[in-house]
Amino acid sequence: MLRYLLNKFALLIPTLVGITICAFAFVRLLPGDPILAMAGEHGVAPARYEELKQQFGFNLPIWEQYARYVGEVATGDFGVSISSKRPVLEEFKTLFPATLELSFFAMVFAMVIGIPAGIFAAVKRGSWFDQSLMGTALVGYSMPIFWWGLLLIIFFSGYLGWTPVSGRIGLQFFFKPITGFMTIDSLLYGKWDAFRSALSHLVLPAIVLGTIPLAVIARQTRSAMLEVLGEDYVRTARAKGLSAARVIGVHALRNALIPVVTTIGLQVGTLLAGAILTETIFAWPGIGKWMVDSIFKRDYVVVQSGLLLIALIVMAVNLIVDVLYAVINPRIRAA
Amino acid sequence: MSQTEIAPMAAGSPDRLTGLKTFWHYFSVNRGAVIGLFVFILLVLAALSAPLLAPYAPDVQDKTAFLRPPAWQQGGSTQYLLGTDPVGRDILSRLLYGARFSLLIGAVVVTLALTGGITLGLLAGYFRGWVDVAIMRVMDLILAFPSLLLALVLVTILGPGLFNAMLAIALVLQPHFARLVRAAVMAEKSREYVVAAKVAGAGHLRLMLATILPNCLAPLIVQGTLSFSNAILEAAALGFLGLGAQPPTPEWGTMLASAREFILRAWWVVTFPGLAILITVLAINLIGDGLRDALDPKLRRS
Repeated sequence: MLRYLLNKFALLIPTLVGITICAFAFVRLLPGDPILAMAGEHGVAPARYEELKQQFGFNLPIWEQYARYVGEVATGDFGVSISSKRPVLEEFKTLFPATLELSFFAMVFAMVIGIPAGIFAAVKRGSWFDQSLMGTALVGYSMPIFWWGLLLIIFFSGYLGWTPVSGRIGLQFFFKPITGFMTIDSLLYGKWDAFRSALSHLVLPAIVLGTIPLAVIARQTRSAMLEVLGEDYVRTARAKGLSAARVIGVHALRNALIPVVTTIGLQVGTLLAGAILTETIFAWPGIGKWMVDSIFKRDYVVVQSGLLLIALIVMAVNLIVDVLYAVINPRIRAA
Repeated sequence: MSQTEIAPMAAGSPDRLTGLKTFWHYFSVNRGAVIGLFVFILLVLAALSAPLLAPYAPDVQDKTAFLRPPAWQQGGSTQYLLGTDPVGRDILSRLLYGARFSLLIGAVVVTLALTGGITLGLLAGYFRGWVDVAIMRVMDLILAFPSLLLALVLVTILGPGLFNAMLAIALVLQPHFARLVRAAVMAEKSREYVVAAKVAGAGHLRLMLATILPNCLAPLIVQGTLSFSNAILEAAALGFLGLGAQPPTPEWGTMLASAREFILRAWWVVTFPGLAILITVLAINLIGDGLRDALDPKLRRS
């Protein structure tokens, strides 16, 4: 187990180096002068230009610039946003919980519906339910989620007037974040109306973001379940006279979940990519919207560090998935 | 299934035809795939004959008809079947022309990603060693970023526009092909027919391209189909964010972006372009599922 983990960690090192090279190269690959690019539309005075050149180290040899960059990043210095003048890491810390909350609820939505639906479809293979579920899953998988979000807004916010169009919580509510999750914080402060407001803001974006993972999870659960249901040990369990619920819920499901866990882990990248679109549509103040806004504001310090931070998160989650995978599947550890 | 019935029938015909027949047999079992193929052919025809089918040119503005609703709704007319957009352009005509862009995007991106992926995958799987390590580490790196984010950043570097968006998406999708080819090459490389070809004096290039590659095609075709639909989705997303095709190009994602502020007033400007994307992507994914059933012997229902 330890060897397996060490091996996994070792494989991360080149990726880690690569990610920093990508982020480092990004600013330097932008068309034109990096300092002018970072300064944005206002431009800089020649004296300030020289000063900035010194400050950012653009006068140093390229490898020295890189070493400097890695040093800064390693000590948690991700630069200062050009547009807001706040440290990028600080901005990230205030925005990331919003994305995390959205992704968490999207994933809960996807799993709570996707896994049972997939199991049921596998058990009733070929039935009316199975066929319509797989059809729906394929539609979900093919969905342009930015359009799906707009449709839901038209229907639920525009036509029915049930949910707000954008934002995270009603403007009348303000409290100091504890966990950063609006739904949890509002409960911690005991404000029910704030909780309701947060929840009504969250529902549509979470559904939109969870749609593709839901489709993928339902399909994956079904096929994993089908494979397992044909195994000898399931037949043995049935032959022993165990109830159908026990055979499916314990013997089959535990083994079928192994590939499903991997799938869920692999959806994290999809979630973060989806968050870019979902947050833009619903004006959800998370890191996805932050990245898009920064690209349009030409705040390249934010784009550079955001790229790095997001890649690090994806990497960390993949590592966690690998570890979980080894925990639930002993065969992996031995290999 | 009925393979035994087909075999004698096709016994006299050349091998290739038998292959195609078997393929069609398995493909057509999947009803969804046949429907997908049918829709896709319709889309290709619509795209090709857009100038004939479309009632108007895609960029002609009618200053008397802003946000006209579709024909069947109150206030609509048969003059504009699917209504008009905020600047008075016929939505149906723009959708028809938009089909050209989506299919072009899919075709160009898949071609680029396939070429790159096959080259890198072949090199990595065939030569192994440091070539393999270097190539695959770079592929891992590309996959470490969420695809849309990486495409966004690449487009920021290259500059917004349809062609740059296609390049960026191709680069992002390419590692999947490289991984597939590498795995397939490694599996095939030690097979007897490869060894035989090597003993017979085939060079590296011949072994890679003529001996091994044709036997790795099945997963590549399936992946290619899925990438085709992925490319359309991602290009539409980039267009929607304002970094793909630029207005007034009638690209579906771009159309959605310029319709966004009118969603609560005019549902049709938002609904139809998105529906077009969904139908196209769905049709291609259905074909992809059918291809997987038909080409992957492991999944074949025997």
